[in-house]
Amino acid sequence: MTNKFVSSVEEAVADIFDGATVLVSGFGLAGQPIELLNALATQGARDLTVVCNNSGSGDEGLARLIRLGRVRRLIASFPRGAEAMAFEEAYARNALEFECVPQGTLAERLHAAGAGLGGFFTPTGYGTALAEGKETRVIDGRGYVFEAPLHGDFALVKAQAADRWGNLVYRKAGRNFGPPMCTAARTAIVQVAHAVPLGELDPEHIVTPSIFVQRVVVLEGASTTAREAA
Amino acid sequence: MTTRRTREEMAQCVARDIPDGSTVNLGIGMPVLVLPYWQAAQEIVVHSENGILGMRALADGEAADPDVLNAAKQPVALERGGAYFHHADSFAMMRGGHLDYCVLGGYQVSANGDLANWSLGQPGVAAAVGGAMDLAVGAKQVYVLMEHQTRERNSRLLRACTLPLTGLGCVKRVYTDLATLDVVGGAFVVRDMVPGLTATQLQAATDAPLRFL
Repeated sequence: MTNKFVSSVEEAVADIFDGATVLVSGFGLAGQPIELLNALATQGARDLTVVCNNSGSGDEGLARLIRLGRVRRLIASFPRGAEAMAFEEAYARNALEFECVPQGTLAERLHAAGAGLGGFFTPTGYGTALAEGKETRVIDGRGYVFEAPLHGDFALVKAQAADRWGNLVYRKAGRNFGPPMCTAARTAIVQVAHAVPLGELDPEHIVTPSIFVQRVVVLEGASTTAREAA
Repeated sequence: MTTRRTREEMAQCVARDIPDGSTVNLGIGMPVLVLPYWQAAQEIVVHSENGILGMRALADGEAADPDVLNAAKQPVALERGGAYFHHADSFAMMRGGHLDYCVLGGYQVSANGDLANWSLGQPGVAAAVGGAMDLAVGAKQVYVLMEHQTRERNSRLLRACTLPLTGLGCVKRVYTDLATLDVVGGAFVVRDMVPGLTATQLQAATDAPLRFL
């Protein structure tokens, strides 16, 4: 019997290793898996490459990982913001490398990785500093830039509900990078607010099908809810 | 004696020019000010890069939802008929040419429609591009909403941009606190000016040569 529920965030992140590439969902706080990130900070893996649209805020989640010096390299589209002190301090000290990727290129590099593509040509960034050193091609009179797929060893994703197979639905615009990140990671680890019995999610409404999810942790009343759902 | 348009007046100019039934993306900064100025009777479908089609401003007293934000991460709400989707789909909407308009903030626009709006090129400051480059290449019409001049009174409408580019030849129209200008055939064509301003005064405030209809 397939049961992807694990009983705690600690168990969920236990095998994330030093040097791993970790994809982190969220657009600002919406969809950011704060509890999984806090557990990863406690777990202690270091030299991480983190892929996230932003850089975390305040002193929790990704900001905590950065402040603790666990992130060697950040790949993001928009790491700045009123609450992005952890990143800005680390960047100013040269304590981490930063790769700036246009937001749509970031999403599509994840999609390409998950879809088994060797990359793609995009018009985004053509002729700008972010295309320097990259292969370009003119297609039907328009300039394009080659972008490579972006794979993760792990994805940390926040969704709303899951069944024991790992089928997911999200909450509103908290969905953002979750679906492409689940496809792009070898091990997609998802925190959800609710477990539901297998068969309860309407198959027409499942956003991320179970094949893209390896591990699920339920945050409130995790163990009982997950057992009931199983 | 001329009076510059306020930011709100600039936003109203944009809102007035976008026809009913359009799909529009509003960038962070000044463009999000446009949102409240569409009339309730109009069905303008507003796209937000973080996975919303059919975004509207919060009503007075309406509770904010932490999962319903605009590109600037401020709370908004969903229209009836609105939809949520993931980021790869959201940017397919842009890059795939499905949006009628996007309105972006700007640092500089050149006479051939190049846009610079993501980096001041300062050493030691991490660049943050967000969705700007995708919007610049993707929407059918790219409008820029920005002050005509910097605080030091340097023109933001230039023969050639000096800051790092966001996109090449992408801007169709610029709304400033002094005028509205179209980019046509490698030149700025003045559509309107604030009352009391003369063509000579507008040209004096602008680095790029202007054409007047």
